[in-house]
Amino acid sequence: MQIPYTIEERPETGLNNSKLGIWVFLASEVMLFGGLFSAYVFLRLAAPEGDFAYWGSKLNVPLATLNTLVLISSSVTVIMSWASLKLKDFEKYKLYMGLTLLCATIFLVIKYFEYTSKFHHGYYPSSSNFMAIYFTLTGLHGLHIIGGMIVMTYFWLPAGNKLWHTDPEHFTNRIEIAGLYWHFVDLVWIFLFPILYLL
Amino acid sequence: MSDNDQAHIQEHIKVYLTVFGALAVLTVVTVLASYLDVSSTEAIFLALAIATVKASLVAGYFMHLITERQTIIYILCLTFFFFLVCMFLPLITHTDHTAL
Repeated sequence: MQIPYTIEERPETGLNNSKLGIWVFLASEVMLFGGLFSAYVFLRLAAPEGDFAYWGSKLNVPLATLNTLVLISSSVTVIMSWASLKLKDFEKYKLYMGLTLLCATIFLVIKYFEYTSKFHHGYYPSSSNFMAIYFTLTGLHGLHIIGGMIVMTYFWLPAGNKLWHTDPEHFTNRIEIAGLYWHFVDLVWIFLFPILYLL
Repeated sequence: MSDNDQAHIQEHIKVYLTVFGALAVLTVVTVLASYLDVSSTEAIFLALAIATVKASLVAGYFMHLITERQTIIYILCLTFFFFLVCMFLPLITHTDHTAL
């Protein structure tokens, strides 16, 4: 069965279905993270003066700054992979998508070192309200990174990218949709970084 | 693909790289700003202001929102409204708690 409006625009919305679908999904994601950001504000307002700043000082700012730069780089490489497909350059697409996956892996490895360092020093989600919300927010964000990596790995491997050879426009749309998700994950981190590490 | 389309994408690529540079610079600025000797309220305002500029660049240029259809803009406006409600809930409970 042919799924309708994957490339052409649906007259009622002026959008193809996948574009509309991903934006509605991202809207739900805004509310998911919004609820947790709200919990952060709630806990911070109720915490004793300087408590969040004290626990926040236990985090590693240089590593988180590096991770921010890595994630921003991955946002550029994923959009470059889409632009390469628009330019009909499949080899460059594979290169940029591979770089995106590399950046995502580096991000997770750095996060792994951050987490193990916290555990090594005896800081767990149960240590304080700050640590609880820190592990919840960064853990959920990390799961989103893993989810994005699974999808992008599929599109990077022959099993997923064979569509390019039969229906290049459809494949290009898929990469655009995956890219939108990835930019959202980057966007969430842009707010997580200052509120957890710097304030 | 016509030469016109190719040139259009090439223009886009230049914008993406410029935005990348701006995001990298703003990341460093965020870290440096956290060392400024200001009150915690000012620090929060400054950090969130820079983060909002960065997020706008990502949403506007990488996610193409500046040229996106109105349907998506409406969905996001509605989402943003409920996001704000979500953010104000703790403030309401806080004022209730402190009997303001």
